[in-house]
Amino acid sequence: MADLRSEFLGIKSPNPFWLASAPPTDKELNVVRAFEAGWGGVVWKTLGEDPNVVNVNGPRYGAIYSSDRTLIGLNNIELITDRPLQTNLDEITRVKRDWPDRAIVVSLMVPCEEKNWKDILKKVEDTGADGVELNFGCPHGMSERGMGAAVGQVPEYIQMVSEWCKQHTKMPVIVKLTPNISDIRAPARAAKAGGADAVSLINTISSIISVNLETMSPEPSIDGWGSHGGYCGPAVKPIALNMVAEIARDPETAGLPISGIGGVTTWRDAAEFLSLGASNVQVCTAAMTYGFRIIDELTQGLSDWMDESGYKTVSEIVGKATPNVKDWQNLNLNYITKAVIDQDLCIQCGRCHIVCEDTSHQAITSMVDGQRKFEVINEECVGCNLCVSVCPVEHCISMEQLTEGVDTRTNLPISSKYASWMTHPNNPSAQR
Amino acid sequence: MANRNFEQLQQDLHPPLSRHEASVESDRCYFCYDAPCVTSCPTGIDIPLFIRQISTDNPKGSARTIFNENILGGMCARVCPTETLCEQACVRNTAEDNPVRIGELQRYATDHLMATGKQPFERAASTGSKVAVVGAGPAGLACAHRLALHGHTVDIYDANAKSGGLNEYGIAAYKTVDDFAQAEVEYILSVGGIVVKNNQWLGEQLTLEQLKADYDAVFVGIGLGAVNSLAVDGEQLDGVVDAVDFIAELRQCKDLNTIDVARRTIVIGGGMTAIDAAVQTKMLGSDEVTLVYRRGEERMNASQFEQDLAKVNGVVIRTWLQPLQVVGESGAVSGVEFACMAEADGKYGPTGETVILPCERVLSAIGQAFEGADGDALMELSNGRINVDAQRRTSDEKIWAGGDCIVGGEDLTVAAVQDGKLAAESIHAMLKG
Repeated sequence: MADLRSEFLGIKSPNPFWLASAPPTDKELNVVRAFEAGWGGVVWKTLGEDPNVVNVNGPRYGAIYSSDRTLIGLNNIELITDRPLQTNLDEITRVKRDWPDRAIVVSLMVPCEEKNWKDILKKVEDTGADGVELNFGCPHGMSERGMGAAVGQVPEYIQMVSEWCKQHTKMPVIVKLTPNISDIRAPARAAKAGGADAVSLINTISSIISVNLETMSPEPSIDGWGSHGGYCGPAVKPIALNMVAEIARDPETAGLPISGIGGVTTWRDAAEFLSLGASNVQVCTAAMTYGFRIIDELTQGLSDWMDESGYKTVSEIVGKATPNVKDWQNLNLNYITKAVIDQDLCIQCGRCHIVCEDTSHQAITSMVDGQRKFEVINEECVGCNLCVSVCPVEHCISMEQLTEGVDTRTNLPISSKYASWMTHPNNPSAQR
Repeated sequence: MANRNFEQLQQDLHPPLSRHEASVESDRCYFCYDAPCVTSCPTGIDIPLFIRQISTDNPKGSARTIFNENILGGMCARVCPTETLCEQACVRNTAEDNPVRIGELQRYATDHLMATGKQPFERAASTGSKVAVVGAGPAGLACAHRLALHGHTVDIYDANAKSGGLNEYGIAAYKTVDDFAQAEVEYILSVGGIVVKNNQWLGEQLTLEQLKADYDAVFVGIGLGAVNSLAVDGEQLDGVVDAVDFIAELRQCKDLNTIDVARRTIVIGGGMTAIDAAVQTKMLGSDEVTLVYRRGEERMNASQFEQDLAKVNGVVIRTWLQPLQVVGESGAVSGVEFACMAEADGKYGPTGETVILPCERVLSAIGQAFEGADGDALMELSNGRINVDAQRRTSDEKIWAGGDCIVGGEDLTVAAVQDGKLAAESIHAMLKG
């Protein structure tokens, strides 16, 4: 049996699945239910200063769905906790006392003054919490008040606040990053420069989920008006994976622990985040879609996969795929593939043909000898994988590597030697 | 009768899809390239497009796509043997033996637009041309609608009190509930420019010669007026009824309690009419209904789905039996004697054995025959039906024909609609000059 125990910045939890700072971790009742269900830890929903903020009294969420209303993406306009600070602190103290084996990290967001951070850090320390997460990511509501993403988008602020926090507390400091920025490495570098112990990412993405075409109001609609919210759920996972990998492989932040967040819904999602360099993962939307019981699938699925793959501990997985993430110019241009269609599996829908014909390389037939038949024309196939991507039958089309002979598209011999754009004759600055 | 099941008789065979069901089902369509389902639809409806329009919550646009090719798309959604047409061609059969439910999706879309009562089309400006359509069945209605769209004025003559042809008189009640056939006729006529004259049949008062003289063109879609006779002794006995007449009576009946069914019924035939008659008889309370066909089940014209429908409703299907005579007592049916048949080395013939199945009612459903247009032999016939070319022109330069009365007529609403549509386009091309 794989050992799922996790240690992040010295914070121990029975598994690497934490609930992210969000509505599921807003109060004692929810957090206790989560721990009873088996979650390894929580990041308590962001605390702020009194007087507490207020939320809208209408809809806070909007969603996009598949045809069967499987939730694909969720957006929200909820703010940080709308309960008094002391209420939260008292509850955190009780829960940590009652659940000593679970991780409790407290998310914080206060105005950008040293005193404000110093004061709240002291209060959190007194609860016995395991660490703090600085919320520099929230894209709505708070950023307009100079907090959240407004800080996260300015690396100098991140560094400054990180320094204050490290100076005023012994607790581990995690900086939560906003994806609403052009290069995620800049804020991560700033966090590290400020002495932060780790980064967590991604926070939600600025978004308008939809427009009601009858009322012309953005959704969720508050009395006919809407405001941009934070986008999360399965749809944002690819964006989050890339940002995690960017930080993991950046020499300037190499070794900086990462807590992976963004659309983690299944054990496989979690394993992918770990493989790209996250040491643990945080989950919110999946719990808000299905309830806390999904933790059973997450832990069992990860454990089963680890057993089958020969991984004994979670840390063995962390960063396993990171070295394979490269810049484009380093990819091997002598790796040549062609699509191959398994005619026994083909159901004759013709989508591979029409997308290749209309939008790509005219490399798949629709007729052979007067019969409806979809075959790859190797002389035209660039191996782009679009046909594989649109084929409704799994494994019907596969990309197969050419290892010898000639690529009939280019009439060039297949080489087993690595060669990238960096050495390509068309590259004016190629290294020869 | 203890076993009457009027509720089922008057209930939709397939209840309409809800919006969510339609959304999920439409998402199953792969939007195939050169989609096989379109090729398999006699009217060539752009099925992937109409399904995609459902999935994007545009059911009215979806209905317009359907009505573009088939103005009787609502009825076809209900009565088409989709399992042998579009749904048989669906590529999902290959991988999972479970096609997209195209017929039910078509009904979802067409119901949506028909409920508004609005046509998705506008008539072209009046051309001043007049066309006579004989027969207000699917072929005639489709032809008239398309001609009206092109701006021509159409008079439809129909022998029956109600329009709709077999949709009104010849299809099982559970396939077209809530008087749908009449609702569809009204919907089609709402395009304007069409006048229907009921209770007018070809004969002394109405002749093709006169129509040719009064109109710029004539379309004949009169179906098959006659029924094939069993041609065996005893068929005149009390209790031997033609299945077509039985269904027509049932469909027009205001109070199903007044319909008399026998304790034991034998239905002779293997087509849709035989199934419709057998299932409805069973639902009306006949204790034992046996459908008898002279060859194997695989040779029956009724699709597998229809055969299964009969079986789950308690109809017993017996095969390889050919009627020899109807037996009776005191002038009334008491049974049918059959010859046992077999096929060996491609040769079909009696085995020499016979069997008598007792019954009090015989419903004969062994096909219909063309009874002729009128006394004037204006149009060339082949094998007793009207000869037409690809554009549905008859040998007479002013007469077009379509539906069951033409050579190759398929006994399918959707095929008749295509005939009417093609004829209308051909007539329009001729009238434009």
